[in-house]
Amino acid sequence: MTATLVSAPTPLLEVENLAIAYRDKDHEQRVVHGVSFSIAPGEVVALVGESGSGKTTTAQSIIGLLADNGRVQQGAIRLNGTDIAGWSADRFDTVRGRVVSLIPQDPTSSLNPVRTVGEQVGEILQIHRYGDRRAIAQRVVELLAKVGLSQPELRARQYPHELSGGMKQRVLIAIAIALQPALIIADEPTSALDVTVQRRILDLIDELRREFGTAVLLVTHDLGVAADRAHRLVVLQGGRIQEQGETASVLRNPQSAYTRKLLADASSLASAAFRAPRALAANDAPERPEDFAIVVEGLVHDFPVAGRKEPFRAVDGVSFRVRRGTTHAIVGESGSGKTTTIRDVVGFRQPTAGRIVIEGTDLTTLRGEALRQFRRTVQLVYQNPFSSLDPRQTIFQIIEEPLLNFDPLPAAERARRVQDILARVGLPAAVLERRPLALSGGQRQRVAIARALILQPRVLVLDEAVSALDVTVQAQILALLDTLQRDLGLTYLFISHDLAVVRQIADTVSVLQGGRQVDAGRVEDVFLRPGSEYTRELIAAIPGKKNPHHDPLTDLSHQTPRVLQQAA
Amino acid sequence: MSTTSSTADLGAFVGAAQPAPQRYERAAVAPAAVVAPTPTAFLPAAPPPRTRHSAWAHRAIQRARSAPLSLWLAWGVIALVALWAVVPGVFTSYSATAGVAGQQLQAPSAAHWLGTDALGRDGYARLVFGAVHSLSGAFLAVAVGLVLGTLLGVLAGSIGGWVEDVIMRTVDVLLSVPPLLLSLSIIIILGFGTLNAAVAVGVASVASFARLTRSEVVRVRRSEYVEAAFGSGGRFGAVLWRHVLPNSLTSVIAMAALQFGSAILSISTLGFLGYGAPPPTPEWGLLIAEGRNYIATAWWLTTVPGLVVVAVVLSANRISAALTQGRA
Repeated sequence: MTATLVSAPTPLLEVENLAIAYRDKDHEQRVVHGVSFSIAPGEVVALVGESGSGKTTTAQSIIGLLADNGRVQQGAIRLNGTDIAGWSADRFDTVRGRVVSLIPQDPTSSLNPVRTVGEQVGEILQIHRYGDRRAIAQRVVELLAKVGLSQPELRARQYPHELSGGMKQRVLIAIAIALQPALIIADEPTSALDVTVQRRILDLIDELRREFGTAVLLVTHDLGVAADRAHRLVVLQGGRIQEQGETASVLRNPQSAYTRKLLADASSLASAAFRAPRALAANDAPERPEDFAIVVEGLVHDFPVAGRKEPFRAVDGVSFRVRRGTTHAIVGESGSGKTTTIRDVVGFRQPTAGRIVIEGTDLTTLRGEALRQFRRTVQLVYQNPFSSLDPRQTIFQIIEEPLLNFDPLPAAERARRVQDILARVGLPAAVLERRPLALSGGQRQRVAIARALILQPRVLVLDEAVSALDVTVQAQILALLDTLQRDLGLTYLFISHDLAVVRQIADTVSVLQGGRQVDAGRVEDVFLRPGSEYTRELIAAIPGKKNPHHDPLTDLSHQTPRVLQQAA
Repeated sequence: MSTTSSTADLGAFVGAAQPAPQRYERAAVAPAAVVAPTPTAFLPAAPPPRTRHSAWAHRAIQRARSAPLSLWLAWGVIALVALWAVVPGVFTSYSATAGVAGQQLQAPSAAHWLGTDALGRDGYARLVFGAVHSLSGAFLAVAVGLVLGTLLGVLAGSIGGWVEDVIMRTVDVLLSVPPLLLSLSIIIILGFGTLNAAVAVGVASVASFARLTRSEVVRVRRSEYVEAAFGSGGRFGAVLWRHVLPNSLTSVIAMAALQFGSAILSISTLGFLGYGAPPPTPEWGLLIAEGRNYIATAWWLTTVPGLVVVAVVLSANRISAALTQGRA
């Protein structure tokens, strides 16, 4: 009897047959179709799905923050038994913050830059008449301490730009928990953060939930995060629920084809296989200098700092070598110097010291026209395919452009090459006429890869090339890169903060921290026998540890190497 | 009749909201088009220009349909005034300069819609024939400001360093002088006349064009697609022409529309002060100036040209706002 009480408590939130539509000029486009789920007090439910699956729209409707052209067409949202679906904004104000609160997605743009952190945390207390000025100020400091910010009195007086991304997210969490609401909606709370920071933030949400008995609706595209943190999963696709149930049972025994696909594509949940070594990379082969496509030796890059005499050293003595036809990954958090390193490697900047030899050419000696000619050899694919393609060009013009920069080719020949490369990256010829805006993120990244490949480079540098994409798309792009490498014998330099992806596709890896290389070697070696505390921390922060394929009861610190050993 | 022509005009003008990419596309596609006529060349990828054009026209029509009433009105006013400038004879049978003896200072009537002035010239005819002077002056002024300003802005924004410093500090100095004062000083150097007044107004607007263009160029230059273009071996000039210019120009074009309105105002001001077109040219500013002597007895002589100037300036501003919006 007690068991039934525990398993079926009165739901805090009940969403029933919810349908939401967006008005576009004259007609309404329905994006959420009959979604039903419930959340019990103290429970964590994850809404999982790719972009466009309606997960954010659903979450927004619960707190009454749908965009102006959005409308709840039918269904009920019952909060403690009261249907709030048709409420006006004024009525929502009475529950927002007090009963339901939100942790927004992007910490950098969610705080007001001209007001202090303390004022912004205090605002919610003021609105809900928490008490007089002094009581609020005291409570603000308490809250900031609660979310784990050091020196809370100082933080309260600081402005958002003085805090790091993780600290800002903590401030937003402080605002969300200020009135101890019954339900917190966390909309991709960590997607913009580094893995280690992500883990700490998720731990914090977990702790607070346990302490206050708050229920959490976790909106995420990352199945690994959802698997680690949620009691129950709700899998959305195209505005419809594909599957919902206990996390463990969904992961162990997914019912819908879509969930199975998501599971297969999530690199952090994949059965952690390392990449089969490339023939050329066979590590027992004798080392010959001509085997290496990229040789970086003692790379140092300084940036001058305004008002200071000694410069800031972004990269400090990084060295690595990449065999032809293999993939080398550079891993590290933001600020670790990985972006500076690759910008030197592709020749956008001259390093302060060190040598970069690519396919036998010392890049650091090249200037002007020689450097321009050299660009055929190395091409860069950017992280964000939304900003790396000129919005005014058609796809044909984008892919063709590199050809125009070198030896003149007849138009027919250029068109043929564009067609060839387009087929190679798996895009239909129909996209040539379109502009980037009409393409999805995955298609755009394929276009960016096609543009990089049309000059037939030897080395492709991929700067977080898949981290802006959904898991399914990410898996497709990674598969494409693998095929291209095999067919064209390309050498990849792959920058990532996502160790799960690195484990999947790289042969060798360098781990950077604060501009220094703290670990390097073959991926298996680094993952199984991390040489530094920092690498261990990075590996432990990979989400998806609760995957039923692994043993969830093992202590985390012991678990990591074992899981990987099993996999290897 | 004027309604239908203004509708046709509207389509063309709404299309003009995106002139930059259009120009750019042609430039980029030109080499392909050279080969296209040979029947043997099979070019599935080289887009036939006609499809592109009809798709573009289709978009223009769609945009025209969804445009709000105020935008339609604004285009209507501009179209009407443009027709006045192109074919004034269609709108009135009176002469703008020859006065009829004994018909001085008549009130508006069926014969003279806007009455007659002190020399017996038809007010409506002078307004219609004056359009060409005011509009061409405004066009010239905007062209001078747009071309010089964009050039300076692109140079400053793309080269940077001391070139940028020199150009932008000069622009700061120019911006600190009131534009009317600047125009007057230039006229005093160049001499009086419609053309000189237009040039003077144009030069006075160079600084603001340069500043806007520079800020846009700096924004676009930092974008990843520009870096990617350099990364794929693009030369400085080619990248500037293919990426930086087309992507910076939209808000500059919107500002040109805004500037068109204020140029009409400035040229009318100069005309009013006597620095512009000499009498008996029916320039709008001059019409207002001449009419003000009779404001107590024949208020329409000065009021109606004034209202026309207001309508044109408001329309230009409305169109400029729509262009800016289209960008966002």
